[in-house]
Amino acid sequence: MTQRPIRDRISEIADKLIRVEQPRPNRMMLLCEACNSFEVNRFLFSELGLRFVIVTGIDAEDSFEILYHYSNDHTGCLATVKAFIRDRENPAIESVTPLIPGAEWIEREVHDILGIDFVHHPNLKRLILHDDWPQGVYPLRKEVRT
Amino acid sequence: MSWKIKALKKSVWVFHVNTGACNNCDIEIVNLLTPKFDVERFGIKLVGSPRHADALLVTGVGTRQAARRLQEVYRQTPKPCAVFCMGACACGMGIFEGAYHVAGPVDHIVKEVDPNALIAYVPGCPPKPQAMISGVVKALAAIG
Amino acid sequence: MKQTLKKPILAVGPFHPLQEEMEFYQLTIEGEKVVDIDVRLSYNHRGIEKLSETLQFDQVPFLVSRVCGICSASHPLAYIQAVEEIAGITPPDRAMYVRVIINELERIHSHLLWVGLGGHFIGYDTVFMWAWKYREPVLDLLEEITGNRNNYGNVKVGGCREDIPDELIPKINVELDGIEKKTEMLTKAVLDDPVLHARLKGVGVLSKANAVAYAVTGPTARGSGLGIDVRRDDPYAAYGDLDWKVIVQPEGDVFAKAVVRLLETLESVKIIREALKKLPKGPVAVEVREIPPGEGCGHAEAPRGETFHYVRSDGGNRPVRHKIRAPSYVNVPSFKASCIGQDIADVTLTLAAVDPCYSCTERLAVVDSRRHPIADHEMLLRLSREKTARLIKEMDPPPFKLEDC
Repeated sequence: MTQRPIRDRISEIADKLIRVEQPRPNRMMLLCEACNSFEVNRFLFSELGLRFVIVTGIDAEDSFEILYHYSNDHTGCLATVKAFIRDRENPAIESVTPLIPGAEWIEREVHDILGIDFVHHPNLKRLILHDDWPQGVYPLRKEVRT
Repeated sequence: MSWKIKALKKSVWVFHVNTGACNNCDIEIVNLLTPKFDVERFGIKLVGSPRHADALLVTGVGTRQAARRLQEVYRQTPKPCAVFCMGACACGMGIFEGAYHVAGPVDHIVKEVDPNALIAYVPGCPPKPQAMISGVVKALAAIG
Repeated sequence: MKQTLKKPILAVGPFHPLQEEMEFYQLTIEGEKVVDIDVRLSYNHRGIEKLSETLQFDQVPFLVSRVCGICSASHPLAYIQAVEEIAGITPPDRAMYVRVIINELERIHSHLLWVGLGGHFIGYDTVFMWAWKYREPVLDLLEEITGNRNNYGNVKVGGCREDIPDELIPKINVELDGIEKKTEMLTKAVLDDPVLHARLKGVGVLSKANAVAYAVTGPTARGSGLGIDVRRDDPYAAYGDLDWKVIVQPEGDVFAKAVVRLLETLESVKIIREALKKLPKGPVAVEVREIPPGEGCGHAEAPRGETFHYVRSDGGNRPVRHKIRAPSYVNVPSFKASCIGQDIADVTLTLAAVDPCYSCTERLAVVDSRRHPIADHEMLLRLSREKTARLIKEMDPPPFKLEDC
């Protein structure tokens, strides 16, 4: 599949997005609420055929932000889905691993380091923290100091 | 058998242990076998099991997950044995001091198991192969 | 009554002599074939992303250089590109060319390293000694330019820290001629050797569909027919000004990946030669005062594939968040797809074909084994080498010769 520019088809998921930001010609940010993130990811990966790069989890004080990075190798554009999890007490988002096997590890990692629940993840067990790391301590949360 | 006599009677067999390293020190250790450096001419040989080793070449900061495995390897190595901390990370955690997943440095981890462990330090990031050879040879001479 | 077959578990790791880092793969086998794999990471996890938040922007390159020793030019470059994106900084042209030269020198020595290790795994120790011997001039060159054989520390936000002195250029060209000659010889020997064909072809196949599903990059992708390369797709540094080819092989097996790496080494020689010819005059850095609030993504084509860094700034002098994605993080999981159905004698070769750089993924490490290993980890090396010896005996080929100089 030849990856076409995202903006040619962005109207197909416009209703799932908060807004689109384009800070430079080859960088795009698609902002959405966590409840819509799976659909937006499916659009980029399955509909547009973009290459999955990685997920970044961020503790943003009043929310958690889960960033899914994709590359449009045909155009050289990096597109990021920025999903907001507003519930800080029980942060959860739908897993993309059933769609993208390559996302399995990174969702487990974000689960370890930020305590995000990836719903429907096929194998959400500890990945990178050692066996005796205390439960409930999430190193990448801002409250945890180095 | 004392170290000095042992070192004179046979070549030093070393087992390489990575406790959370970036690879540079590990590659430079493997470089020691290659034609340019060729440590086998000093009788130093890399073995595949700690049970055959006289010395451990340890690289890495000693991550929390690796710490217990390092102690296990140390226990399996027949005594007397020497522990060489190769590189800044093994010597004192280097640039990774303060990181949340490190339990090192390596000498602390080993001394938990054996307070009288024989430990030598070869600093560098990574130490050049010449520095590693020099460090190992000097340490062996000093131990004897 | 249904009988459950007992499936033996073969544990590879934690200190496997073939692999430099600790990793633990729990392989489930039936007879001689692998039927399932589980991986546990953690041994190499140091907590670098969190540590990055405590450092200033210009200190971080020294940290990320040490994410992985053989991608120690690519990681800081990707990070720096992310920060330069936030700040809208364009380094001088000469700096862009120096960045290319350093990164391609790294690619050469990394690919030769891999070829050597691959040779060792299958019992071609001459190849190991030979490839690692001919890496040395590259490391010496890097030391002359940057002051270190590894961990060059040569890039900074705004440009480069060290310039390439003009008087060094003739020497670099002479060394490149030597490396090119040797690599051509090795490539020909590999392509012509019937035992290597028999040993490596059809082994560890990663299909193109799986390459997409697992989002692999680098030679792992290009060896499966996926023609992606950051240097061409989203040109950075001076790659957009230079003439070179992306090497792609469709078969997806270990042989294809070996060919990709060998031919890429030859392309790297071409790239460096052209970059040296076109090296513009001028400074190698611009002054940088502050990094404004914002987000940036930087990626670079490391020897193993795409290295991706995401940086968020709030206008202070430290990153608020720094995400590091090394190529092996996506390449190694594809091992699951390429390893199922393989002979256990081919398992470590299949894994090695991905050129895993465990430190890159930081935590590609070992897992908790719930069952005791049934075989010593040295057995896998022995099995691999025995398979090669069997093939040599069956085929009685002409000897594999590499000239020495």
